[in-house]
Amino acid sequence: MSVNVQIPAGYVPVYTRPRSLSEARFTYCPGCHHGIITRLVAEAIDELGIQERTVGVAPVGCAVFLYEFFRCDFAQAAHGRACAVATGIKRANPELIVFTYQGDGDLAAIGTAETVHAANRGENITVIFVNNQVYGMTGGEMAPTTLPGMRTVTTPEGRDVRATGYPLRMSEMLAQLDGPAYITRQAVFDVRHVQMAQKAIIKAFQNQLEGKGFSLVEIVAACPTNLHLPPAEANRWVVEQALKYFPLGDLKVRD
Amino acid sequence: MKVLMRGNEAMAEAAIRAGCRCYFCYPITPQGELVEYMARHLPRHGGVFLQAESEVAAINMVYGASAAGVRTMTSSSSPGISLKMEGISYLAGARLPAVIINVMRAGPGLGNIAPAQGDYFQATKGGGHGDYRLIVLAPSTVQEAAELVMLAFDLSDRYRVPAMILADGMLGQMMEPVELPAPIPPEKIPPKPWALTGAKGRAPNVASSFDLDPYRFREILRALWQTYREIEKNEVRWEEYETEDAELVLVAYGTMGRICRTVVRQARKEGLPVGLFRPITLWPFPYEPLRKLAERVPVLLTVELSSGQMWEDVRLSVEGRAKTPFYGELGGVVPTPQEILSEVKKYVR
Repeated sequence: MSVNVQIPAGYVPVYTRPRSLSEARFTYCPGCHHGIITRLVAEAIDELGIQERTVGVAPVGCAVFLYEFFRCDFAQAAHGRACAVATGIKRANPELIVFTYQGDGDLAAIGTAETVHAANRGENITVIFVNNQVYGMTGGEMAPTTLPGMRTVTTPEGRDVRATGYPLRMSEMLAQLDGPAYITRQAVFDVRHVQMAQKAIIKAFQNQLEGKGFSLVEIVAACPTNLHLPPAEANRWVVEQALKYFPLGDLKVRD
Repeated sequence: MKVLMRGNEAMAEAAIRAGCRCYFCYPITPQGELVEYMARHLPRHGGVFLQAESEVAAINMVYGASAAGVRTMTSSSSPGISLKMEGISYLAGARLPAVIINVMRAGPGLGNIAPAQGDYFQATKGGGHGDYRLIVLAPSTVQEAAELVMLAFDLSDRYRVPAMILADGMLGQMMEPVELPAPIPPEKIPPKPWALTGAKGRAPNVASSFDLDPYRFREILRALWQTYREIEKNEVRWEEYETEDAELVLVAYGTMGRICRTVVRQARKEGLPVGLFRPITLWPFPYEPLRKLAERVPVLLTVELSSGQMWEDVRLSVEGRAKTPFYGELGGVVPTPQEILSEVKKYVR
């Protein structure tokens, strides 16, 4: 499906679709932060002028159709394996700019090993990590990042940490390693934070261009559908609940 | 010039000569020498050697490197191959060429590190999920192992179907003189216009096994099955030895095929009309040639280092035209030629 907007004579567009995005419509739910984040990645690719040498690695999860949204070469990875696939692409052709885009289930549960070891090798790739504390696409199950007491379809009484453990702070874990160049946690619940996240994403790609090594931008995001909240309230939920467990800021910056 | 090489080393060297430039691995016995050889030699050829954190990661690195258009390989042994099965299914679904070497050991489970042939079903009937096939090549000598590795890269690229070398611990460990095939010059490797090289001046390329629309996905799989039919038509390989006048033919592959060749020689010395049919491609399996043989040979004795896996394909080929008894050993035990000859003598005198 494509959307073509005719710009009337005399009007100057001030906000347009990034060149790196295709005409395909996003498949994200209304109010979902993925839409903002996907756009930020495309804007970063535009900003750095690297669309023709960028290869994305799409995850399994809500962003599974990422390869349809971008005007870039793409590999569709098995669930959790994006960092290993990205390693293979980057090692085979270091001229390419390689990024993965993964959710919390993908990156911090089934793909923990692939993520930790790619980070530890200092693999020169860019990782976009969307942490919305839930398995969105499969119907709202508990994620490794689900907050204590948070209700999901597999924790109907709320997450009981005695039975299922605590939210995994992946970025803090990775920041302990010597391998990564840049680990940061951002959010997109308001304009100021969108702008900060945009800067972080550009930096994560810039690091790769400069050969600095593994760069990961975690974005604490809202899934209004599975929170059963209207988008504005879901944004508030991120600020009041999620950020308590996932404080924003740079966790590692290697110059 | 012949050189004395271990099977594992010969397969590694053949891969380098075939143009493999990305190799991803995880240690496991009995294929350790293959990993070590690649670690020493591949970087000298400008290639990438990377020891991954797991077999799962290694096969997904293969997926990435293959998608980027490079000839790539991984190797392991039975338990490790089980872990690679997810990735192999994705390679098959995304039509990405790759070579996977399985130096089989005894299973199930951790089993042991002795040679066995218990992974035949896994290699030829799926192993991973979904409707796919692998090209499966079974060498029986170090020389043949080197040649089939070269062939595996060519076939895998030509058909965009992953190829597996199904070797075993004995072949991996044994040393034999081998005439190494000449290296393939990089310019002889056909270009891959589908590869992920950056969408410069063309529409984006996508390496994916995903399509939510069953009707569209059906068309993708139909094209895949069309390719499988072509492979079945063009690439069936087998060897016959002393079958012309045989009244009993041994059917065996890999290491067992090699031992059965000795059995045939001993039987012939004793005046027994025994021959050998040795499948080289396990998929596509040589159904037709075996069926033709069954029309004139009354007994086809299948011998395997398993409880009878290829045996099912033998019976499927023969369809009652001949007797199809089975003789197998289990757990990593390799039968002697004498033991097999005793079995042969139950059917021919």
